[in-house]
Amino acid sequence: MSSQPHSLAHEDAGQAHHGHSHGHEAGHGSLRSYMIGFALSVVLTAIPFALVMSGALDSKMATAVVVMGLGAIQIVVHMIFFLHMNQRSEGGWTMMALIFTLIIVGIALAGSLWVMHHLNVNMMPMTHEMMKNMP
Amino acid sequence: MASKTQAEATEAPQFYLEEDHHPEGSTMLGFWIYLMSDCLIFAVLFATHGVLGRNYAAGPSPADLFDLPLVAINTAMLLFSSITYGFAMLQMERNAKMETIFWLGVTAVFGLSFLGLELYEFYHLIQEGAGPTRSAFLSSFFTLVGTHGLHVTFGIVWIVTMMVQVRMHGLIPENRRRLMCLSMFWHFLDVIWIGVFSFVYLIGVIG
Repeated sequence: MSSQPHSLAHEDAGQAHHGHSHGHEAGHGSLRSYMIGFALSVVLTAIPFALVMSGALDSKMATAVVVMGLGAIQIVVHMIFFLHMNQRSEGGWTMMALIFTLIIVGIALAGSLWVMHHLNVNMMPMTHEMMKNMP
Repeated sequence: MASKTQAEATEAPQFYLEEDHHPEGSTMLGFWIYLMSDCLIFAVLFATHGVLGRNYAAGPSPADLFDLPLVAINTAMLLFSSITYGFAMLQMERNAKMETIFWLGVTAVFGLSFLGLELYEFYHLIQEGAGPTRSAFLSSFFTLVGTHGLHVTFGIVWIVTMMVQVRMHGLIPENRRRLMCLSMFWHFLDVIWIGVFSFVYLIGVIG
């Protein structure tokens, strides 16, 4: 079913663009890839919500790690199945931009948390009373 | 010196010809780089929330405030809108104009219900006295989630614009290019929402 629409779209794009179609470079998904991505996303969303709402895991730390881990996996699933990321699109430049952004995001997140944690540790200790009377 | 300018003069036309040949590809790459810069905005807001997210100023904490079933429904709305946009793209590939418009409309409806639920949540928080001015946690929460909501709002404006454009001009190459950019934008917003519901709501409620 999915092969026919593809060939139709390519023919049409070929006519419109003097044979230089945008179809094979940007990479569309098929119905199958969208459904796989959707099914994976539903599972990867349902598990963390169920874990937190039922309190199935005793340890808070373990729950947090599972939630963040599944979130990271779901982001990768979206990138592959919905945003059609791969190493070939735009001659690898989208992948390069993504990797660069991820490095900057990592530095911004980890750096902020690290620096501010040390700042908090080195602040003058505050009692609960002082906290409540703060403006 | 003279030979250098001569060489430049002979090479220049070739350069422009080369540049003229790839307008489609460069639009997609440029839009991708815009999305990456948007990603940095959200990264900064996430970092702010990571730093300030526990500063309740003796006010309510996420466990007191957040209604997880509502957040789950909200997440489902955005996920459904992602898959329906995927259907719109598949119909666009089939050259089916009316079906493309139909699925764009479905996407806009899911997007609007997401926005409606989010505004309902914000309204209730402010009613309970947990507005953005209550604590550093709530300031950073409203900024992060509000910025995402603003992106969704403009995404819906763009979807409606594209529905009108496709209806008036059909699935011409220009509209296909715009629909593909919008597709990246819309799926990108869903990716950001994964971070929001994991990091802000679920981790927040765990405490």
